Amino acid sequence: MADKKGKKKGEMKKADTRVNFTPLVDMIMLLLTFFMLATTLSKPQTMEISMPAKDKVTVEEQNEVKASEAFTIYLGAGHKVYYYEGLPNIEEPDYLKETDFSANGLRSILIEKNRNIVQQVRELENRKSLLQISKEEYNKQLSNLKNSKGSPVVIIKPLESSTYSDMIAALDEMLITSIGKYAIVDINDDDKTMLRNSSFPVN
Amino acid sequence: MTPMSDVMVLLLTFFMLTSTFLKPEPVTVNTPMSVSEIKIPEKSVFSILISPQGQVFLDLDNPDDRISVLEKMATDYNISLTEKEKHDFSIATSFGVPMQNFKEFMSLPLEKQNELLPNYGIPTDSLNNQFKGWVQAARDVKGRDMIIAIKADQSTPYTHIKNVMGSLQDLRENRYNLITSLREVSEEERLGNL
Repeated sequence: MADKKGKKKGEMKKADTRVNFTPLVDMIMLLLTFFMLATTLSKPQTMEISMPAKDKVTVEEQNEVKASEAFTIYLGAGHKVYYYEGLPNIEEPDYLKETDFSANGLRSILIEKNRNIVQQVRELENRKSLLQISKEEYNKQLSNLKNSKGSPVVIIKPLESSTYSDMIAALDEMLITSIGKYAIVDINDDDKTMLRNSSFPVN
Repeated sequence: MTPMSDVMVLLLTFFMLTSTFLKPEPVTVNTPMSVSEIKIPEKSVFSILISPQGQVFLDLDNPDDRISVLEKMATDYNISLTEKEKHDFSIATSFGVPMQNFKEFMSLPLEKQNELLPNYGIPTDSLNNQFKGWVQAARDVKGRDMIIAIKADQSTPYTHIKNVMGSLQDLRENRYNLITSLREVSEEERLGNL
């Protein structure tokens, strides 16, 4: 009897301690893929916009803007931008000029028009990056600059053939070129005449 | 093998902790890019989704607020609501069904609702401007806190945007946000050749 027990004890099996990790990695990869596809990291950004109350904006108020400061933009089909400076001129056929949303299109025209303020904004940003002024001070001075006397006023008139991205791109250019005074306005009959008279393929 | 599973666990934990679940939308839109870096707040957002075909879908995040707004609209249009409908409405995602079809829409099972929703859209035409009704009801419920956000596709024609903005202006809602994706503009692009 003692022998048998001894033999059995001697024949004890070695326990197999190696665990296979492969299914764990598979599960983790599945979970990871699920999370990557079903969730989002970034919160979408917004642009804030305030529109004037409908009854307030009248034609007289639009013309109160000084001709030297006014700049009107039409947004047309195919991401095209038509613009004129100052007061509208229905008779002259080539009064309306064409450009687009590229860096040397509308942006360079606006930077040129807003040259003074853009330079000052650049200095302001320099000072902010060198931590000479605080963020609140920067924002305050930035809005002062943008709304200062003599700064350009841009009137954006999207045509029915334009898209939402055109409108956003136009508002974006306002932000990039530091133009503080702008408004989105509907087209009136004068505009329609002007567009018809121009040489561009506008409806 | 073991280090790789360690990396996987780390990545997974990172994603689990830092991301938020996307709300399924009736119509997927591709928002235009903008350099604006203002983040959209998470609470009290009344979002207006405009599809390229001009359909309007609305969304309000707080379920209790949704129920209050729904009750307001129901009294205006003389529709009685059951508790189940109120509950389903409060947990649903965007809504975009005209009030006339409301009851029959809510009686459909959830998958069917999600499937059929892109065919509807809240009426915004001048004769039957339910959109204004919804916005007014939401403003009454939430008061000053609520912010309005407009989300539309890049190719949405301006006419539909003008429609929505016009209705908002009629209601004297003059401040709202436009949802965009971030676009990086380099320094030299910003300052041109100054």
